[in-house]
This record gives sequence, structure tokens and C-alpha cells, in this order.
Amino acid sequence: MDKNYFEIKRAGINTTFQDKGRDNLYHIGIPFSGAMDNRNFLLANKLVDNKENLPVIEFAYQGPLIKFNGDKITIAITGDVIFKLIKKDKETYGKCYETYQLEDGDEIDILSTNKSVYGYLAISGEFDLKFQWGSCSINTKANIGSNNGNKLTDGQKINICKINSNQRNKKVNYLNSKIENIRVIKGTNFDYFSEKGKKNFFGKQFIVSKLSDRMGMRLEGPKIENIVNTNIKSEGLLKGVVQVPADGNPIIMLSDHGTIGGYPKIGVVASVDYDRLVQISPGTKIKFKEINLSDAETLFKLYEMETQNLISQI
Amino acid sequence: MIKNISNLGDAALYCDFGTEVNKQINSEVIKYFNNIREKNIDGINNLTPSYNKLIISFDLKITNFKKIKKIIESISINETQKFNNKKLEIPVCCDATFSLDIERLEKKLNFDREHILEVFFNKEFFCYMTGFIAGMPFLGDLEEKMRAQRLETPRVKVPKGSIGLTEQFANIYTFESPGGWNIIGNTPLDVFDSTKEKEPNLINPGDIVKFKRINMEEYKDFNG
Repeated sequence: MDKNYFEIKRAGINTTFQDKGRDNLYHIGIPFSGAMDNRNFLLANKLVDNKENLPVIEFAYQGPLIKFNGDKITIAITGDVIFKLIKKDKETYGKCYETYQLEDGDEIDILSTNKSVYGYLAISGEFDLKFQWGSCSINTKANIGSNNGNKLTDGQKINICKINSNQRNKKVNYLNSKIENIRVIKGTNFDYFSEKGKKNFFGKQFIVSKLSDRMGMRLEGPKIENIVNTNIKSEGLLKGVVQVPADGNPIIMLSDHGTIGGYPKIGVVASVDYDRLVQISPGTKIKFKEINLSDAETLFKLYEMETQNLISQI
Repeated sequence: MIKNISNLGDAALYCDFGTEVNKQINSEVIKYFNNIREKNIDGINNLTPSYNKLIISFDLKITNFKKIKKIIESISINETQKFNNKKLEIPVCCDATFSLDIERLEKKLNFDREHILEVFFNKEFFCYMTGFIAGMPFLGDLEEKMRAQRLETPRVKVPKGSIGLTEQFANIYTFESPGGWNIIGNTPLDVFDSTKEKEPNLINPGDIVKFKRINMEEYKDFNG
């Protein structure tokens, strides 16, 4: 019987363990997975003084209600998240990007993400998890990863196998910025679409559909007319690829996407915008803006420098 | 040979080998795939070979399109080089409980089931690629008169181990999954073993696959 553990009193909507994901497996049909919002994942680990790629709890919309049992532990929550700390004598709202100490019997109630999708909970230590192909990231569609590839469920117990001895309070000033304009590099089948279709894609508004998850983000808006062929010979996909099936509604591939697909690729979301793209909640209006490769590379470098700068402030 | 290299977004190379789907072009893709994989090039984090394309994704924090393109362009692949392909035999039971779409195929192809199965079991298939779902092999080629389209309405759940046909290809559902292929049988063999850390997939691109017909008793006995 482990001494330190979390009891999941309410699992939340889509609560999983995630780390940096698993690479070099596309060729056998296994996607990258990993934390959807990489910057917030890294910040969560850094706040609790962990190595940057340790598994964390990722939640979407409504998070879990967790009871802690064991020795003192430090936690941090990142994202734009509303949560409460429930101690024996009092209940307080917590702040993201700050650490908190939990003692035996304390609870964290992650009520919801605020006009965003994903949030992260890191602990100063390590969850007792099974790794599969170098990662514990859970892909619920393919049942891959720790927890037998399933999301967390009510009543479940999560053992903590290691608690850092050195626990200090830390915080960082950070505000998640939102984007409405998603920068996109033209895809390999851009010319499959009519002039009007291309104009609609780069210019008109699209609404993020409720049918969006870790696999993909579906969009509704003006139909994008295909004038060549609504299918291509199946080929590889990547996160950020925007496919347009025969119905004319674009779908953006996200971290748990199928590895090959046969719909024309109209564009690919620039890497700089990926972390913020995944945080856009259903019902939000977005637009696509064209960007060339060299600008996308430069902007990603700046974004990465900003991430490293934030990490170094902790 | 690679006809053209372009960028797919800012973190991947799109290597185009042509538009046709045939073994010759696919073999070229697989040769490049194997060669690049063995080289362990810094920054490359995924390779996705398909019928006539190879997508090379990389970590934009470490490298970029120009650098990887230069490396790929410098690779010379010996035209006559053979790749190490395995020959595999996959047992398949075509009992009525498994052959969910055989009647549909009888109607679409205008052959009786025994003829369809005879052609299927006499054929040596070539694995073009694996993917879509983990470990699913795309095996070709069925001759023209044996080709049928996907189901009009895909199944919500295709049982694990199902053997499906669509157009010139046969595939194996390595997991229970949604799907629209015409199901003719089921294999008791674990084509994808997710408990294996190394090489969880039995069939790799370039492998030759022959199916062997087994009856219900042999099917039940297969896994002890």
C-alpha cells in the first residue's frame, strides 16, 4: 500500500496523464500525443521543480476534484483555470502559476477552465505510472499509454511514488494570450480548391465546433469548394494539418490524430500558434491568415525564446 | 526517386515520389524510409511512408526545413538495393460469424463467396504501409475484378482481427475500431501487440503476406 496518493473524487470531463509525447512511431500508426499546450505543460513542471518532461495531469473544461493522502506535497496549476483548495478549516480560491502545499486530507477542486480548454496540474514528485513506448501520454482513442490508455475515472486512486525533498514556493507572472487569427502555411493540395474556396479559407470566419477533441478540431463556416478531387491517395498527417473533406468543412489535426489520411490538405497551422490554437473553445470564431515558411520559422524562434525566458524566471 | 521536396508546414518535409500507386514507387519510398531511419538524423522525430509520399517531421527547436532538405537531397539510394522484407503467413477464419460483408461482395463483384475467397487466399500481398490505426497494414494488390468500394455507411465497431477489402487493398483491423471496409474473415493472430516495447507490429512496409484459411476449430484452438 503506497503512503502517498491522490484519490479522484470527481474525474472531470477529459482528465489524462500527459508528458512530452512519443516520437518516431508515425510509421506504425501511433501518433505523437503529449500535452496539448506545450508551454503550459513545461511551466507546470518547472514551478514544482521537476524535470521539464515529467508526466502531469491534463484536464479539459471541467477538471478533477482530488483528495491528497500522505506527506506534504507541492502542486502547481497552469492554464487559465478556476480552482479551489479545500483544507480542514478553510476553502480558498487558488491562482494559476503559483505553488501550493497540500497536506494529508487536503483537496483540490478544479472547477473549470476559463474561456479556454486545457489546464495542467503538476506535483513536486512523480506519479506511479506505466510508460509505453517511452511516454505515459494517454491516447484514449487507441487505448495507448498509462492508466491502460483510459481517461481517469471517479473513485480512482493514483499512487505517488516519489516526493521531492526540496519544496519551495514559486510563482511566475504569466497571462495566457488568446488568438483569433491562426497563421497557416499553404498546404500541399492548396490548388485543389476553387478561387472562392481559397478566399473563403483565408478571410472568412469559422466557428470551432463542439465535435473537437484531442484528435482534431472541426470547423463550421463557408464551405470550401474542391475543384480537383475530394480524395487523395492516403498519406501522412501531422498535428496542425488542415484537411478539407468532401463536405467542405475544414478539420485541424491535433495531437492524437490518425497517422494517415486521404483528404486534401489546404494548409498547416504554423508551430508558433499551436499552443494557443488548442486552447480555443467551441463556439469561438476564428480566422486563418496566410504566413510564409521563413516568417513562421522566425516567429517560432521568438515564441520559443519567450517560453525559455519564462522558465528561467521560475 | 524523389520527384520533388516541399515543406508541409514549418516542421516537415513532403517528399513526393509520384502520383501512381504501385509496388515500384512504394518500394522507393520504403528504401528512403529505411535509409533515413538508420541514419538517426538529429532533429528528425518522425517518418511517415505511404504509397507514394514520405513525410519527414522534425523538431523546429533543433533544426529547420532547409537543413533537413539538404541532408535528404544528399542521400543516394542504390536503385537495385533490395530491402529486408519478411514473408508472413496470417491465419484467417471465414466462418459466417466473421465474414460480415461477404454477401455484399458477392452482389457487388458478381462472384460467389468460394470464388472470392479462393482468389484472396491464393494471392501474395505486398505491404505498402502501416498506419491510420496502430499497426494496420495496407496490403495490395487485388486484381481489377475483385475491387469493391467501402460500405456506404461505415460500421461504428469493426471487431479486432477483422480482414477487410476495399479497392485494390486488404487490411487487418488491429483494434476494434470504426471502419468501412468489406469484412471477409478474422485472424486469431495478434498483428499488433501493444505490450511489446520493440516492434509491436508484425507486418512492416515491404513485407509479403499470404493468408491461410483455417476453420472455426483451428481458430478457437489458436490461442490455446
